[in-house]
Amino acid sequence: MRIKFERRAEPSRLMQILTPFVAVIVTMLIGGMVFSLLGYDGANAVKEIFFTPVLASYKWLDVATKSAPLILIALGLSLGNQAKVWNIGAEGQYIAGALAGAFVAYLTPNVQSPLIVLAMLVSGIVGGALWAAIPAFLRTKFNVNEVLSSLMLVYVALQLLSYLITGPWKDPQGHNFPQTAPFTDAQLLPHALPGTYIPPGLLIAFVFMLIFWLLTSRSVYGFEVRVVGAAPSAARYAGFTAARTVWSTMLIGGAMAGLAGILEATSQLGQINLGFPSNYGFTAIIVSFLGRLHPVGVFIAGIVLAITYVGGQVAQTVVHVPSASGGIFQALMLFMILAGDVLVRYRLRIVTNFSQTLAINAAK
Amino acid sequence: MTADFIISALVTVVGISTPILLAATGELVVEKSGVLNLGVEGMMLIGAVTGFAVTFTTFNPWLGVLAAALAGAAVSMVFAVLVLSLGSNQVATGLALTILGIGLSTLIGAGFVGIIVAPFTSIFPDWLAKDPFLRIVFGYSPLVYLALAIVFSVGWFLNKTHAGLVLRAVGENDISAHSIGYSVIGIRYAAVAFGGALAGIAGSYFSMVITPMWAEQMTAGRGWIALALVVFSGWKAGRLVVGAYLFGLLMTLELYAKATGFSVFPSQFWASMPYVMAIVVLAIISIRNKTGSEAPACLGKPFMSN
Repeated sequence: MRIKFERRAEPSRLMQILTPFVAVIVTMLIGGMVFSLLGYDGANAVKEIFFTPVLASYKWLDVATKSAPLILIALGLSLGNQAKVWNIGAEGQYIAGALAGAFVAYLTPNVQSPLIVLAMLVSGIVGGALWAAIPAFLRTKFNVNEVLSSLMLVYVALQLLSYLITGPWKDPQGHNFPQTAPFTDAQLLPHALPGTYIPPGLLIAFVFMLIFWLLTSRSVYGFEVRVVGAAPSAARYAGFTAARTVWSTMLIGGAMAGLAGILEATSQLGQINLGFPSNYGFTAIIVSFLGRLHPVGVFIAGIVLAITYVGGQVAQTVVHVPSASGGIFQALMLFMILAGDVLVRYRLRIVTNFSQTLAINAAK
Repeated sequence: MTADFIISALVTVVGISTPILLAATGELVVEKSGVLNLGVEGMMLIGAVTGFAVTFTTFNPWLGVLAAALAGAAVSMVFAVLVLSLGSNQVATGLALTILGIGLSTLIGAGFVGIIVAPFTSIFPDWLAKDPFLRIVFGYSPLVYLALAIVFSVGWFLNKTHAGLVLRAVGENDISAHSIGYSVIGIRYAAVAFGGALAGIAGSYFSMVITPMWAEQMTAGRGWIALALVVFSGWKAGRLVVGAYLFGLLMTLELYAKATGFSVFPSQFWASMPYVMAIVVLAIISIRNKTGSEAPACLGKPFMSN
């Protein structure tokens, strides 16, 4: 008796929707077991990481705040992933966007106009897109693998941030801390919309979810992106050029990451400091896959990953698991969803000796 | 500039480039078999924390290196099962391996932060290892000689042996190799495990030689440099050594610029140089091989035998 994979004629829609949920549940089981084996209270760690942030209303704003950048970045990345354009440097574009937005703030300390925040947001979008334009240019012009180039640029962005906040942009009144001057009132957005648990970034993420849904399911462009990813030669036949897809998906991915970065800076931190880079750009890759590259799925997956971020901190104080435990659960989740992919494309068949005999007899 | 300064700089270059040379040699074998494992950084971190922990508990650095290799290979099997047996996407699975490696190494290493072990330095007698001139040959950790021995063995294995030919065939044309009767999946499993073991040893170099202690994410992105190095080498073992020393030179410049404080550019400029240069080098290499014919033809493509 053995297990056999049979390729499905078409990917299973049911499995596509079902596997992310299975992946999350299996992650809880395996994660709980691993932590128990390591001598921690595994069951309680799972409870604190996955359930406390949902059940305790005082954690809701925290979850909403962390899901905003994850969703925004993952929406952009999903488009590229559909075209098999691998932008894994979103963390760098997130930082570049925040720095570009903060540059506007740096230039306008005394301007009192509601347009300042808008200018910062636009600058953030452009900054993120420009940072992503480098790997797009190298890929289309010189055929440089975008996986490596976009990732290298994360480290460059980190150094740029470190240079700016310890050098030219350092807050003169900051007691020598590596940070920019706090944004003025005109440069700030509120933590949350008045009277709600909704940070401005989450509202914007919701609007972009709808835009991306229209773009991917109702436009020729969305079709083009999928064809380039699934069947490059068919795409060329249809007149879709790979270069155009690389450029557009990269720029959109960078723009979304840049928007996420400047929103985080202006609505949450209120300045740029060394704690600004928080790996959202990498976690968003998990969000994109857990959400099955679908805008609605990405929105839900962003909230799930935000729960593990918040829950990881809760588990740290309550169950005393190390700070890295949230990250381990996130990695497990990505492994599970990728393993689940096999069920979308293949049918599992248990082949017994009996069924083999039947098949042989039938062949006769 | 004195001769002493030049020699000490050269010694630094050789030492600092060793971990990227080790990791890149492992990844070369993996990629030659047609698999792209982007989890190098994660496997290095697992190796770093395991090597340190075992050295600290057993007082035996050799056991530490062995454990680092085994741990790297073990964690690479998670990747192998998904990619080879379940046919999952290699780019995403490799990233997941890096994220897992970062998390797992932090978890394991939590109890070892702030502890120092004796660095795993030269095993030659002091009159050789500390001699102002001879140290350029004898003044290194045994891992440096091990790395050079491995990269030359791998070059010989890939190009001069039958087994190496089979491995390359699997990477160039998996379907033909399968139809002749070679186990494509089995060979790829072995290659991934070898790559994991070398990444593990590379990681242990950070925690046992460069700074003999454990710190979170102490490999600082060098795993990605190793991946770029494989592309730079055009998938040839000999050129890996040249490339590794070039990157080593850049990292040494960064160290000197920081240590002396004498630099026109801020320290962050030097810290970002290896990554900027990696991008520039990738671009130059890609212009030269517009056709991209140097990469194994099946690199990154899943193979399902049934």
